[in-house]
Amino acid sequence: MYEKPIGLNGGRYAEAESPKPGDPVVGVLIFLASETMFFAGLVTAFLVSRAASLDWPPLGQPRLPVLATAFNSAFLLASGFTMWRALQDRRCDQANFQRWVAVTAGLGAIFLALQGVEWIRLLRFGLKASSGLYGATFYTIVGAHALHVAAAVAVLLLVALRARQRHLADPAWRGVTACAIYWWFVVGLWPILYALVYLS
Amino acid sequence: MAQVAVAHAAEHELGFWRKYVFATDHKVIAKQYLWAALLMALIGGLMAAMFRWQLAWPDASVPGWGPMGPQDYMVMVTMHGTIMVFFVAMPILLGAFGNLVIPLMIGAGDMAFPRLNMASFWVFLVGCVVLLASLVVPGGASPAGWTGYPPLSDKVEFTGSFWGINLWILGLALEFVGFLLGGINFLTTVVTLRTRGMTMWRLPLIVWQEIAAVAIFLLSVGPLVAGAIMLLLDRVAGTAFFLPHRGGDPLLWQHLFWFFGHPEVYVIALPGFGIMQEILPVFARKPTFGYRTIIWCTVVACFLSLIVWAHHMYVSGIDPRLATPFSIATIAISIPFAIMIFAMIATLWRGSISFETPMLFSLGGLVTFLLGGVTGIFLGSDTADIYLHDSYFVVAHFHYTLFPVVFFAGFAGIYYWYPKMFGKLMSETLGRVHFVLTFIFFNAAFIPLFMVGLAGGPRRIYSPMAYDLLKPLQPLHVVATVATIGLVLGQLPFIVNFVMSMLWGEKAAANPWHANTLEWTVDSPPPHGNFAHPPVVTRGPYDYSMPGAKDDWYPQTAPFSGQPQET
Repeated sequence: MYEKPIGLNGGRYAEAESPKPGDPVVGVLIFLASETMFFAGLVTAFLVSRAASLDWPPLGQPRLPVLATAFNSAFLLASGFTMWRALQDRRCDQANFQRWVAVTAGLGAIFLALQGVEWIRLLRFGLKASSGLYGATFYTIVGAHALHVAAAVAVLLLVALRARQRHLADPAWRGVTACAIYWWFVVGLWPILYALVYLS
Repeated sequence: MAQVAVAHAAEHELGFWRKYVFATDHKVIAKQYLWAALLMALIGGLMAAMFRWQLAWPDASVPGWGPMGPQDYMVMVTMHGTIMVFFVAMPILLGAFGNLVIPLMIGAGDMAFPRLNMASFWVFLVGCVVLLASLVVPGGASPAGWTGYPPLSDKVEFTGSFWGINLWILGLALEFVGFLLGGINFLTTVVTLRTRGMTMWRLPLIVWQEIAAVAIFLLSVGPLVAGAIMLLLDRVAGTAFFLPHRGGDPLLWQHLFWFFGHPEVYVIALPGFGIMQEILPVFARKPTFGYRTIIWCTVVACFLSLIVWAHHMYVSGIDPRLATPFSIATIAISIPFAIMIFAMIATLWRGSISFETPMLFSLGGLVTFLLGGVTGIFLGSDTADIYLHDSYFVVAHFHYTLFPVVFFAGFAGIYYWYPKMFGKLMSETLGRVHFVLTFIFFNAAFIPLFMVGLAGGPRRIYSPMAYDLLKPLQPLHVVATVATIGLVLGQLPFIVNFVMSMLWGEKAAANPWHANTLEWTVDSPPPHGNFAHPPVVTRGPYDYSMPGAKDDWYPQTAPFSGQPQET
C-alpha cells in the first residue's frame, strides 16, 4: 500500500538471512553522543561561572601549571597514536596487538599519575574545590575527564588481558574497535578541555 | 551466526535464576520493568492520596501517616513527583513496552546487547531501592521538590535532609545510567537488527517513537548529570556552584535541569503516543492516517523539544528577550503534536470501531491529552505564565499531559500486549470497569485543580487554610481529594484482573486482535529467540481493510499480492 516491495529481489537484504549480533561500534557511537552532551554541560557551567566572575583567575588564587600539563598531555596524545598502531596489528599479529594496547593503557596511566601529582601541588598551593568557582570548575571538569581516562584504561587492560588469554578468538571482533573509538574520544576531548581550562 | 544459535539453544536449559531473575531475554526484562514500575506506581499513588488528604482536611490526621506538617508534606510531594516521572513513567513506557515490542516488531531475536539490557534493569532497580531508602534515613527524604532547585537543595541547613537529598541524587543517577544503557540498546537494535524487508518506513510507529524518545533522552541527560554532580559536590565537598552568596548561580541548575526536564516530557509522551497509535488502527480497522506525517512530526518535535526548556523559567528572572524566543518555540512544538492528534482522530474517522479495553484506554488518553495540550498553550505564552506560574493550574496541566500518556496509554498497552506478555487474555468486564472508574475519577480530581489555579491558588502550600485568600478554595480541594482516593481505589479491578488473568485467564491465541505487526505472527508468549525463522516483511504495518482483500487485515509478512497467509 505505502510503497513498492523492496528487498525481495536480492539487493540490500539478500545476505542478512538471520539476525546479526549487535554491533558494539554503533553502541559506542551513540554513547559518545551522550558523553559529548555531558561534557558540554560541564563546559557550559564553566563558561557561565567564568562570565559571572569579576576576575578570572581570581586574585590570590594559584595559577594553573600550563606547561607542566602540556608535558603530561603529550603522553595522552601519544596514546592515541599507539591505539591506532594496535588496531593495525590485531588481525595479523596478536602478540604485537596486545603489546600496543598495553602501551596505550600505560601511557594513559602515566598521564593520570602526572595529573595526580599536579593536583597535589595545586592543593598545597591552596587551590581547593571549596575556595571558589575557579577551583570548583577546575577540579570538576579535569576530574570528570580523569575518571573517564581511568575507566578507559581499565577497559584497555581488560582487552589486553583477554587478548593474552586468547579469549579474543575472533580478531575482527568489533568490540575492540569500539574500545578504541572510546579511547580516541577521551584523548581527543582533552585538548579542548585543556585550551578552555588552562589557556583561558 | 552459529555461535548465536548455540547460545539460544543453551538458553533454554537455564535455571530459575538466569531465566527469571538475571535474565537476558528482552521479554523477561520487559516484565521485570513492568512489575517494578507497577509497584512504584502503587507507592507513588498512595503518597498522592496521603498528601491530598492533608490538603482536603488539613487538621485531620492522615490515615497511615498521622499529622502531616509542612516538612512531611513537601517530602511526600517531592517523592511522588520523582517516583512517578522517573520510576513509573519511564520504566513502563520505555523499560517495559520498549523492551517488549522493539525486537518483536522489527523481527529480531533479542536486543542488540542482551547483557547490557539486563544490567539496565538491575541498575534501575538499585536506583529504586536507593530512592526508597532515602525515606527512612535520619533527617528524612528530600523535601526540595522533584526539580531539586538550589539553594534549597544545596545545603543541609535549608532542609534538614542530608542523606535524604544525597540518596535522591544517587537514586536518580542510577536510574539515568539504567536508561542510558537501555537507550543505547534500543537505538543499536533498531539500526542493526531489523529483519529482511523491514525498512525504516515500514516500522510500526511505536518503534519510531521509542527510538525518538531515547535519542532525545540520550542527548539531554548529560547536562543534567553534570548538574547533579555539581549539586552533590556543593553538598559534600564544599563547592559553591549554585550558591549565590559565594558567587554561584542557582539559575544554572534550572537551565541544566530543564534542558533535560523538558525533553523528558517528550521522552514519556512519544512512547505513550506510540501505544495509542498502534492500538487505534487495530480497533478502527483502518490504516493509520498520515503514517509518514506522524514520523516527520515526531522528528520535528524531538528537535524542538531541545530548545523550549526555558519556558519553565519565565518568572525566574531570566532576560525577557530570552523568554520570547522560548515562548515562540514552545507554541511551535504544539504544532507537530496537534498534527499527531488530528491524525489519530482521522484514523478513527469512518472506521469500524470496536470498544475493547485497549481501545477505551487509548481513546480516553487521546481526549485527556487534548485538554493537557490546550492548557499548555496558555502556559507556554510567557505573559500568561506570569500569572499562572506555580499555581495549581500548572499541576492540573501537567497531570493532564502525563497521566494520559503514562496511565491511559500504559494501561491500553498492558491490556493490548498482555496476551503477548503472559499468554493469557485479560477480563474485558473488569477492564471496562477499570476504565470507567479511572476516566471519571481522573477528570474529577484534576478539573477542580484548574479552577484552584485560575483563582490564584499556589502549589507547594501544605495547608489551604494557611492564608485567608486560599480559604474559599478549600471545597475544591475536598472534591479533588475524594476523586483522588476514588482513582486509587479504581485501580483495584486492574490489580485483580492483572493477577487473576495470569493464573486463570483464557489462553490467548497468537493474534487475538487480528493485528498486522510482527509480534502477532508468533506464539503468545513468544519463545526464547522469538522467531523460528527470520520473518520477511513485505508491507507497512497498518494495512487494514484493504480494498479487494478477503480479510480486513494483512500481516506485515503477507505476500504483497494475493491473500494474506493464515496464522
